Amino acid sequence: MSALAEIEARLESIPAPADSREAARSLLSDAEAVLEHWITARGETPTADTREGFRLLALHRQGTRGEPSFNACRETCREIAYHYNLVHAQPASADATHASRMMAMLVRHLALFVSGKLQVAGLGEFCCSSRPLRIESA
Amino acid sequence: MKPEYQRVAYYPGCALEGTGHAYNQSTRAVGKALGLKLDEVKNWNCCGAMEVKNKDPKVQTYLSSRVMSIAANEMGAKVVMAPCNGCYHNLKKAEYDLAHDAASREVVDRISQKAGHATYTAGQVETIHALDWIKDGIGEDELKRRVKNALSGLKVANYYGCMYTRPRHIFPEKDRGAGSESTSKPHFMDDLLAAAGAENVDFPLKTACCGGAHVLSDSDTSTKLVLNILRAAEAAGADVIATECPTCHSGLEMHQVRAEKVLGQKTRVKMLYFTQLLGIALGLSPRSVSVHENVSDALGALKEKGLA
Repeated sequence: MSALAEIEARLESIPAPADSREAARSLLSDAEAVLEHWITARGETPTADTREGFRLLALHRQGTRGEPSFNACRETCREIAYHYNLVHAQPASADATHASRMMAMLVRHLALFVSGKLQVAGLGEFCCSSRPLRIESA
Repeated sequence: MKPEYQRVAYYPGCALEGTGHAYNQSTRAVGKALGLKLDEVKNWNCCGAMEVKNKDPKVQTYLSSRVMSIAANEMGAKVVMAPCNGCYHNLKKAEYDLAHDAASREVVDRISQKAGHATYTAGQVETIHALDWIKDGIGEDELKRRVKNALSGLKVANYYGCMYTRPRHIFPEKDRGAGSESTSKPHFMDDLLAAAGAENVDFPLKTACCGGAHVLSDSDTSTKLVLNILRAAEAAGADVIATECPTCHSGLEMHQVRAEKVLGQKTRVKMLYFTQLLGIALGLSPRSVSVHENVSDALGALKEKGLA
């Protein structure tokens, strides 16, 4: 599993991929690695399950359990899966190159969000997750 | 079209009197141009924002409920419109808490009695965002009919931020199929700006976290998150990012400057409130929708496209 800083650095400059499908596979694997860091840091074993065909979405669901603020990256994960599908639908098209570039930015966003949350656990906690009452009364 | 949105209680919230002044001005100007009436909530208070909510969620519930109580019990309003995502979110959260949590009802009742005003009861008003107000109060067809200066040639990335759609359970009216707003892929701002003639680009980070709440405790992460949003908008081909929240808007503008200063990363995309863009499309002058208050050179972007 690559370190988060390595993943961030790798995503800083993405050259136009020679093989968009391979690039998408590699980006998806990076995204999974980012979520594995989050889950491991919480003392859990990252799931090998898939959800809607993606391990990434299963990992996100696992990472959100007991941590509603982690939902702040739910759409980012879903967009990563969507862009992965876009690349695979028409791998040779110019659209695939664009989709793979956007996918790299999405994975970078996920990496930044998770590394931010690992440093400051409250990131996202008192804005969009709304800090539900059940946590306070638990 | 919802006739009850033609005249609403207006809750600007603190940000719209400060950093979001341009949003306040442009919201009022667009409302006037469209014939939608705003009655400002009398003697309104802070919604509890993030600080109070973080300290004690029930006190935030009370603060938001007081705003709704004044609107309902003193003004006789049925609808409260809050253009700020933070206010909108907090009023919706208070509504949810009061409908589902007896302890919240007890706290709100106790403080309301002590403060000497009627206790707000869930369901007395409907809280809506400025996007709902225009989308359902006027609609795209009528908006199109009133456009005098179509935003043709302007490529827009619509950024909704996080609090407009999350958490899903406090927005029961969303995700209701055709015509309703989506929490995973919001589109109301896209719809309105398309009706005004703009070309919306496919922007996958429209609800992504900008690290806004941690602007002081972890500025670098916030700057990097915003920089990524700005770069993605540019990669998507956008000339401008349209915003509908004062916190998102100032965050994008401030971190754009900081990214250049601290990280040496310059981006050219400009930020405009969606109400400023609608105002321009309706033929209002850039000054009347306060474009001159924006930090990024939004006026320059509009001039470049022949819109100002």
